[in-house]
Parts: sequence; structure tokens; C-alpha cells
Amino acid sequence: MLDEALEAYVATSREVGNASSLHAAGRRARRRVEESRERVAAALGARPSEVIFTGGGTESDNLAVKGIFWARRSADPGRRRVVSSAVEHHAVLDAVDWLVGHEGAEVGWLPVDAAGRLDPEALRAELAAHRDDVAVVTAMWANNEVGTVQPVTALAAVAAEHGVPFHTDAIQAVGQVPVDFAASGVSALTVTGHKLGGPTGVGALLLGREVAATPLLHGGGQERDVRSGTLDTAGIVAFAVAVEAVVKGQQEYSARVAALRDDLVRRVREAVPEVVFNGDPVDRLPGNAHFSFPGCEGDALLLLLDAQGIACSTGSACSAGVAQPSHVLLAMAADDDRARSSLRFSLGHTSTPADVDALIAALPAAVDRARRAAALRTPR
Amino acid sequence: MRVLAAMSGGVDSAVAAARAVEAGHDVTGVHLALARNPQTYRTGARGCCTLEDSRDARRAADVIGIPFYVWDMADRFHSDVVDDFVAEYAAGRTPNPCLRCNEKIKFAAVLDRAVALGFDAVVTGHHARLGADGLLRRSVDLPKDQSYVLAVLTRGQLDRSIFPLGDSTKAEVRAEAARRGLAVADKPDSHDICFIADGDTRGFLAQRLGEAPGDVVDALTGAVVGSHAGAYAYTVGQRRGLHLDRPAPDGRPRYVLSITPKTNTVTVGPAEALEVSSVRAQRPVWTGGERPTAPVECEVQLRAHGDVVPATVELSADGLGARLRRPVRGVAAGQAIVAYRPDPAGDVVLGSATITG
Repeated sequence: MLDEALEAYVATSREVGNASSLHAAGRRARRRVEESRERVAAALGARPSEVIFTGGGTESDNLAVKGIFWARRSADPGRRRVVSSAVEHHAVLDAVDWLVGHEGAEVGWLPVDAAGRLDPEALRAELAAHRDDVAVVTAMWANNEVGTVQPVTALAAVAAEHGVPFHTDAIQAVGQVPVDFAASGVSALTVTGHKLGGPTGVGALLLGREVAATPLLHGGGQERDVRSGTLDTAGIVAFAVAVEAVVKGQQEYSARVAALRDDLVRRVREAVPEVVFNGDPVDRLPGNAHFSFPGCEGDALLLLLDAQGIACSTGSACSAGVAQPSHVLLAMAADDDRARSSLRFSLGHTSTPADVDALIAALPAAVDRARRAAALRTPR
Repeated sequence: MRVLAAMSGGVDSAVAAARAVEAGHDVTGVHLALARNPQTYRTGARGCCTLEDSRDARRAADVIGIPFYVWDMADRFHSDVVDDFVAEYAAGRTPNPCLRCNEKIKFAAVLDRAVALGFDAVVTGHHARLGADGLLRRSVDLPKDQSYVLAVLTRGQLDRSIFPLGDSTKAEVRAEAARRGLAVADKPDSHDICFIADGDTRGFLAQRLGEAPGDVVDALTGAVVGSHAGAYAYTVGQRRGLHLDRPAPDGRPRYVLSITPKTNTVTVGPAEALEVSSVRAQRPVWTGGERPTAPVECEVQLRAHGDVVPATVELSADGLGARLRRPVRGVAAGQAIVAYRPDPAGDVVLGSATITG
């Protein structure tokens, strides 16, 4: 957590008060919340009334996907198609799947190319083919695994041509690349605290004033009646401080980290010439480097590098903890082996050239060992 | 040493991992995911393989303060243990899947992967002693002793294994777990076969092998005395569940004497017909010293938790033969014969082989 966010959190927590109450302490809390709303709105190019505070990214994604779907279908029962992409985060993918399984939704999955990029023309064709039945389009701003930044403005423009609300999960993007809600033309945007130096368990859905969404949570009618529940004043204040800080520092941060990342990519390629670099080489998150190491298993590499003090990530794991081939890489037409051999290195505020040196020093031996371990898997 | 602790989610492997850390090793915890679909195996805190066990293992690793990973061994487990289990029963033998899992998974697939990744040894929570002399001995806790299911390990496998619990009783292990703040201290022991969810081995086999009705034949008279739905469901020495139509002429109980898959026949007879005084076995391993060229006087155990009998064991080119000093009932092909040398410091495993008849 950023120092200034933590300090704001602690200071606010000392002030007792329920932002929904009318007494003095309540008014004070209310004021903090509204100031925070204004700060988040200003930092992200939205109007204060468009900021709905939530319990984090998963809730914001669910509220956008399900809430807009329900509202649109209520207004026009024919609109029960959701358009999305196969590289979305599970908070979106599983919400879409749930709508298909429980609400009779249909779904159109937009393809991605080998770099994980969506094509606005594919969306145009999809919307033209389903002129009267699309409830909502949802596509992420930037991919959490391979780092590819999507042409969100172009996609939102296509959706707008057809009068269909467009939601984007921008959790990975805020603070990493410029994000402007109004300028992008999207109808709804997910942002969350813990990915940008704020607290966990607090986030927001930016929801255009003209976009209707049916609530997931019913109760006291907070947040435009879209998200009931007593507001987490301290969390919201700290979240707003963090959003403001990372947006303000974004340009300088991105330039520094991208340079470090480019150095890392160049040196990994030198150290392991057969490595495959995944994701868009240009339009990508500054701190993201994603590779497949042919002949290795990502989880073996992770274990070996972790033992050297180097933290990296594989795709995801099932509930029992077994590594699964990344759905993102599989959607990029990578085969199972390439998906299983992949590893992500994330650079951030605290990353230094020494971190890259340490990785390059450890990597060749780790790749060698991981290959020997993977060779044992060959069926006898 | 850099060691890999196989953590099932139970109390034994958690304490074993903690002791390995205290012994000064650089320990990494690994839980083996053995079920293709984790929910389909035993549910609840009883066996291995459930989501809860994976979580318990991770919690223990967190408390001990070691890195923790889950390794997917489901395919290997299915082909080497589950499929083997079914095939052995189909062939009229009685396999021991825990023994097979040790031989093929824990001290083979897992150990090989660990070594390839730079680990020196695998640590498990088995109750058996393996000291500096390299000899495998029974645990001090005889009722919990697991040397029988480890006796299949070769010299090379034992040299890369660490069993930190052999000098402790199960009660001591539980008390130590509680002292260390491990939440699994009171977790019930695992029983039965981890991949048969409801404990119904016959049903599990029937699902995979289908119904195959055949005759139950009396060994003395040759008469058909009943029928069965599949010879694979029977084990030599079994008395219950025979559902015979006719009582024996002498009115005494009858037992399964043999299973003949070729004719799909189960042969039954009186208890004394079960008695054997010699055993033949194949695929011997010998870890208790030099491979002997002359007959060895020792004790043998013929099934898990079975009685121990004095015997003379002789290794040959193609197997192992044992002459038992007193007859033993219910010796089933597919089980292991394990030879021990009695020793006040813990009986020493000399070797083992798979019983053929």
C-alpha cells in the first residue's frame, strides 16, 4: 500500500462515523466519501455521480456485467446476448457464464489474435449480426496475464454506433497507461484499490449516468441505489488517495518501468534464445513481461526462481491448487505445452535494475533444471 | 540438504516437514494432487486427495514457514496405481495400492522430479525408521508401523528418502503437532483406499470391470455351490459375502481358496485348505545389506498388519522363495512378502517381493 494511502486510511479510521447518518460524525464521514468520489472522478475523467464505490474489482465486474444485462433485458426482453472475449479475467468470464447458465443469456465470444488483441471489426460484425439482441459488451482494457492493451476506445465507439453499453475491466490499466473514462467513450469501467497501491476490498465501478444497472445488493439504497451497503469510509478515502497518486505519476512511472522491462526482455532473450515472448510487443502494460519457455513447465520454473528469491507468476490454479494452462494463452491459439510453459514477470514501483540482474543470473540454470524435470513427464 | 516434503494434509507429514526444518534442511512443501477431479475422491478429513486436504497441507506449510506448491500427479496416479489396482483384481490378485503408490509415485515420479529440480531428498511422514546405516526398520510404534508398504523401495530410493517420525509414536506426533500450533493435530487418521470414495471396493471394481457372473466351486467335491457377479471381487481367505446356496457337507464355514480369471471361477473350501507353508514371489528388492546367495533365516510378513512368521528365504534369478516355519492362512497373490531381521533396535527390512503363489 502506498504510504499516503495507508496514512489516509489510519487517519480516517480514527474518525468514527457512518456516512449515511445525519449527525455530525456522519456528516464528517459523508464529506470524506464525497471528496473521495470527486478525487476519483477527476483522476479518471468521470463525473462524481458516475463513481459507484464497491467492495473491489470482482464486485464491480459482476455489477457491470449482470446489472447492465438485467436492466437491458428488463427494458427489452429480446436483449439477452452478452458479447465478450475469451481473454477476460474470471470475474467477467464466470459472471458471463453464470448468466448463460442461470438467466438464459446467449454469448458471443470475440476472438483475439496471436498477440491477444481484439479486433474492433470483429465486434462490428458481431453487433451487425445481432442488431436487436445484444444487452452488453464487456472487454478488458489491459490483460492481466500477457499485458496486451486493447483498443478500448475503438471498441467502445463500435458499441456506441449500435447503441449497446460497453463495459471495460480497467483494473490492470489504471496507473499503468492513460485511462480517461469520458474520452474513452465506455459506459462502465472497473477499477480496484489493491492493484494501484490502495487497500484491498475497495474499488469502484464508473457507471455513465445514462446507463441503467440492476443492483446485485439490495438494502439501504446507497450509491445511486445501485450498490447498497454502509460505505467503508476509510477504505474509500485511501483508495481515492491511491488513485490520484498513481494517475498523477503514471507517465513518469510507465517510462521508467517500461525501460526496465525492455531491458529484462532483451536479456531474457539473450539468456534463453528459444524463449517465446507473449502478448503485444508495443501496446502492452509497462511492467509486464510474459514468456513461454519451451520444454519447461511454468510451475517448476516458478519453484526454482522462488527459491532464488525471484517472484513470478504462472497462469492460474484450480481450487485444489493445481496449475492450469492459461485460458488467455489458449485463446491466443497457443497449444497446451506453450500455455503450461509460460511465466509472467511483473515490474512495479519497487523494481530495480538489480532485480533484473538477479533474474538473469538465476534463469539459465533454472530453465535447464525445469527442462530435465519436464522430460520425466514423457509417457513411458 | 535441499529437501522436498510430501505433505498430504495430515498430521504425520506436517510434523515430518517441521522436523526436517529443525534438522537444518532447506525444506519445500509439496501436496500431490492425485484426483483428476478433486471432489470425487474421499470427502471430509479422512483420506488424501480432497480440497480440504490440499488446504490443510498449505496451512501447515504456512505455520511451519516453508514454500508450498501443489504438484499434479493425477495422470501418473491413475495409470500406475488406480488402473493397476483394477487390472490386478481382474487378474485374480489382491494388490496393495499404498505400496504401489510409494513405489511408483512418491518415491519415483515425485522423487525423480524433485531430483531433477535440484532437491537432494524427499521427506515423508511414514512411520518407519531409516537411520545413518541406511537400513529401513520398523517404527517404534508397532501398530502404526509402515515399513511393510515401504519395503518395496530400492537402495537408490531409500538413499534419497528421509522418514523423521520413526522414533516417535503416533500419540507423540499428535502432541507435537498441537505444540507446534498445527491445526491438523486432531485430524482423524486416513483409512482404507483414498481413491474409493465410499469404501465400497467391490462396487468400485464392478463399475470398471462390469458384471461377469460365474460359478463358485467347492474344492473338495468339485460341485458348483453358488454363483458370483464377478470373480474379481473376491480375495483369497475371504469368508463373508460368499452367499453359498448349499452348506458344506461337514457344516463348517468355507473360504475363498483361489480365483481363476480364465474360467471366471471362485474356488472355496475349508479353512485348513488355506494353509500354505511355502510362498513364491517375483520382482525382489533387497536393501538390508548385500544380496544373499545362500538361504537366509528371517521373519516374513505377508500382508499389511499381518502376522510375522519365521521363515527361510532364498533369492533366485527370477524371484524369491520362502519356506514358512508354520503354516499361514490367507496368503494372496499380489500382496508383498517382506523379510525382516529381528533386531532390538527395530526389526530391519531385508527385502521384499510380490507374491505369485
